[in-house]
Amino acid sequence: MAVTSLFGSSVKRREDPKLITGGGRYTDDVRLPGLLSLAILRSPHAHARIASIDTSAARAMPGVVAVYTGADLADKLAGVPCAWQPKNSEIKVPDYRALALDKVRYVGDGVAAVVANDSYTARDALTKIDVHYETLPVVVKQLDAMKPGAPQLYDSVDNNVAFHFHLEGGDLEAAFRDADLTFSHRIVNQRLIPNAMETRGAVATYDRGSEELTIWCTSQNPHIHRLLLSAVTGISETNIRVIAPDVGGGFGSKIPMFAGEMIAAVIAKDLARPVKWFEDRSENYVATTHGRDHVDDIEVAAMNDGRVVGIKVTAYANMGAYLSTAAPGVPTWLFSVMLGGPYDIRNVSSDVYGVLTNTTPTDAYRGAGRPEATYIIERVMDTVAKKLNLDPTEVRRKNFIPSTSFPYSIASGAIAYDSGDYNLTLDRALEMVDYARAREDQAHARAEGRLVGIGFSTYVEVCGLAPSAAAGAMGFGGGLYESAVVRVHPTGKVTVLTGISPHGQGEDTTFAQLVNSELGVPLNDIEIIHGDTDRIPFGWGTYGSRSTAVGGSALVFAARKVRDKMIKIGAHLLEVSPEEVIFDQGNIHVKGAPDQVKTFGDVALAAYTAWNMPEGVTPGLDETHFYDPVSNTYPFGAHVCVVEIDRETGKADLKRYVAVDDVGNVINPMIVDGQVHGGVAQGLAQAVLETAAYDDNGQLLSGTMMDYAIPKASSFPNFELDRTVTPCPFNPMGLKGAGETGSIASTPALMNAIVDALSPLGIDDLDMPATPQRIWQIVQERKGR
Amino acid sequence: MYPSEFDYFAPTSVDEVVKLLQENPDGKIIAGGHSLLPMMKLRLAAPASLIDIGKVPGISGIRTENGNVVIGARTTYDQIMKSDDVKNALPVVVEAAGVVGDIQVRNRGTIGGSIAHADPAADFPAVLLTLNASVNATGPNGQRTIGIDDMFVDMFTTSLEPEELVTEISIPQPAANTGIAYEKFSHPASGYAIVGVGASVTLGADGNVSAARVSVTGAGPVAVRATGTEEALVGQAPTADAVKAAAQKASDGMTFLGDIHAGEEYRAHLTRVFTERALNQAIERARG
Repeated sequence: MAVTSLFGSSVKRREDPKLITGGGRYTDDVRLPGLLSLAILRSPHAHARIASIDTSAARAMPGVVAVYTGADLADKLAGVPCAWQPKNSEIKVPDYRALALDKVRYVGDGVAAVVANDSYTARDALTKIDVHYETLPVVVKQLDAMKPGAPQLYDSVDNNVAFHFHLEGGDLEAAFRDADLTFSHRIVNQRLIPNAMETRGAVATYDRGSEELTIWCTSQNPHIHRLLLSAVTGISETNIRVIAPDVGGGFGSKIPMFAGEMIAAVIAKDLARPVKWFEDRSENYVATTHGRDHVDDIEVAAMNDGRVVGIKVTAYANMGAYLSTAAPGVPTWLFSVMLGGPYDIRNVSSDVYGVLTNTTPTDAYRGAGRPEATYIIERVMDTVAKKLNLDPTEVRRKNFIPSTSFPYSIASGAIAYDSGDYNLTLDRALEMVDYARAREDQAHARAEGRLVGIGFSTYVEVCGLAPSAAAGAMGFGGGLYESAVVRVHPTGKVTVLTGISPHGQGEDTTFAQLVNSELGVPLNDIEIIHGDTDRIPFGWGTYGSRSTAVGGSALVFAARKVRDKMIKIGAHLLEVSPEEVIFDQGNIHVKGAPDQVKTFGDVALAAYTAWNMPEGVTPGLDETHFYDPVSNTYPFGAHVCVVEIDRETGKADLKRYVAVDDVGNVINPMIVDGQVHGGVAQGLAQAVLETAAYDDNGQLLSGTMMDYAIPKASSFPNFELDRTVTPCPFNPMGLKGAGETGSIASTPALMNAIVDALSPLGIDDLDMPATPQRIWQIVQERKGR
Repeated sequence: MYPSEFDYFAPTSVDEVVKLLQENPDGKIIAGGHSLLPMMKLRLAAPASLIDIGKVPGISGIRTENGNVVIGARTTYDQIMKSDDVKNALPVVVEAAGVVGDIQVRNRGTIGGSIAHADPAADFPAVLLTLNASVNATGPNGQRTIGIDDMFVDMFTTSLEPEELVTEISIPQPAANTGIAYEKFSHPASGYAIVGVGASVTLGADGNVSAARVSVTGAGPVAVRATGTEEALVGQAPTADAVKAAAQKASDGMTFLGDIHAGEEYRAHLTRVFTERALNQAIERARG
């Protein structure tokens, strides 16, 4: 019987039953005989010289096995690597020691490590280490750090500027000279904490006999971890096995190589005993990378009809105290190429300063650079509309890249958008929100003195991060292809080995759907294996909404190789030529004679017994494909929201949220809906809830979940979703990627709505997060005028 | 999160609890643990011993006695919300319990724990101040009753003696023509009150306010009565203007806390706003 193709079906996530009933196996669940606990002493000061460290009392504690300081590891471990160094950016990569040698540079910088028989003893022992710090002046904000006379983090980095990146296209001077309207503006994109449900951690074990290191860690990219671990420990890549078991979310924070993982690896080798390091939440807040943290000075040139003809951005990105693994790529390339958004703006320039401060290092966080750019261009669109007294949808339509202009090369020529129909998503969103009616309701509300606002975000984002040549040109220290193995077993069961590393995105289900649609195998007969470098082919991992567009395409090509081979074998068994058979959902039958058939299982068994193979066809059914796309993908969409602000409290109450996205063809609508819901909530939270706040001494004020406001299910109304379908022409399934759309689109949509609500009070801008207090304060200020 | 080492006791009577408190001056009583355990895990608290009252009989459950609703100290918010005695006599207590924390907190957190802990942003100190409750406690010298107005001293500080255990909270039946409300502005991260205001308003035969109790939590270091507001309202006709004028006095004489979400000035403002809202709601209810 033929199996129905499940491409496009809302199959329930196969991975969920185990994950929601306690059957998941995370890094912290790894139990090894003799496993020791590793805890890291972290600096309580944001900037200090380490005068002395006395570890004797800690060493003397019963149950403590060893104590290490920076000096103890100096010869055994290279610095924490920075693997994305944009070219022509005069980048200076400071030495980032897993345990500090002489200076600490942020609250959370590693100072010493204790290994003990259990976690409680290890943590108690941390309190017995006596460190004498000589505190140094602290600088927290990037603009302060660049000022003359500011505290210097490194002798080798003048004015704390680690890099300066420039990207430009068009003739900015002419654009600004000939514009009807020019204005400038400062936008702050605040620092956020990624808040994966599972914190970072690692279990490392070293076999002295085989000289092999095995490390389980919370990774989005185990092969990148293997490469970097090999580089920093000197252990051959062939002798390192990195395993990312179930991973409880990442949002970018599980891309980098972390000091804790390196320390666990080197100590496991040094002691030849297994060790486990796992952050608690408080440690995670200071020691795992943060995201965003930009100050953006923008200049805009526009015409009276609403066309934006030029945009100049000078961005000051707070990199924290060191350059984390992928960090410099985020505010440079991933940000600068998206500044034009879905608009046909031919003159765009971007100057990005990466600034070092006494704060936790920043790196990728859901969207990574693209939300920062989208926030700018979407706020610009609304500001232009307000200044010219035009409707914000009209300004957007005036600027949209026409659907006939794809592929569309952006002003700098750095990338080309694949396909798009931006009016389509906006039309649908306006229909869903009933825009004319919503504006009428707003007018009535305003007449009653109520503060109601409508906000838009029409976005495009670069996703499906690839191709490798582009990665090389951008200074990314690796490739961006993806790999897959499709292995059909003699019984007809299928194993897929994939180089991507899902940690919540649902590929255990969607990749099985892909195999099902290519080979006609029931889902229950398909297993998806990922995350273990000793099992999977080389892959670059899961980030940048690339898993399905790149990794899924690799899988489809591998499956098609299998199918082609099965056709040859099946035809041979049916004693006809391959041209005379049809591969129909797993069955191979003679054209026009469905009763002359070999099932998937018949052919699989025949391939392995190999008793009767066609000439020149090798035994087995095991195909590998490495896929390097010719282009990125560019999902887009239109989000609209309606808010009402309580004048008395300043609280912005989100009334409606409509999201119409175009992610190309969709394998599993329910999973895409889930991605959009989660992303929208995360983006809305940046607008109104979240902020990683430091005091002037570099202490994290939002250091626990009692202070850092993450969104909850009760924070927002139900989101109203729909999609249009504009396939990507460059991959076999026409997929664009859906992992980051929500978080990229929703932040400016909500901020635009809040500013629109406040506009009757003469308010045309507001910094994030637009907390009730901040809104109340600005309303008070305006009243006082 | 790893607390430091502590001893653990599980006494089975109130007398045993008191004895353990005497023997362990650095001990802390634990009931639901939803305030104490996070502090221990953050190592902000490191009690030498925990005295778990989970097995102590007679300090849990709800009964009506002489018109008072008597709630055992170890009664959880969830039990309160499901109690017919409370629903019928004091619906505002059910409402207030419903805005405490989340489901997990309400399943574990106890009313006695809340008031003995005296978190400045907890809801029930204000609710019980508004309801003029009394607290029964047992110590080395036996039982005594503490009027709620004398209970809360300062941040995390009550008038309980170190060796006393809260056993019961007694809430009197409100007078006729009384309306009671609790209005809360929740902290976006913790869910505690940035400001929570309880208001009880009794209307006399002439329709004027004959009695009022207004209490504020969250805004300052300790839950307090807004006596200026109460005095301004008693004897007045309960008009919107009178309520507004009285609510303006709610912040008088108070000290305010501030954090990254809500500074002192904003909390003072919210105190006035939520006093007005709670009063209006209470008056509407008093009118039936």
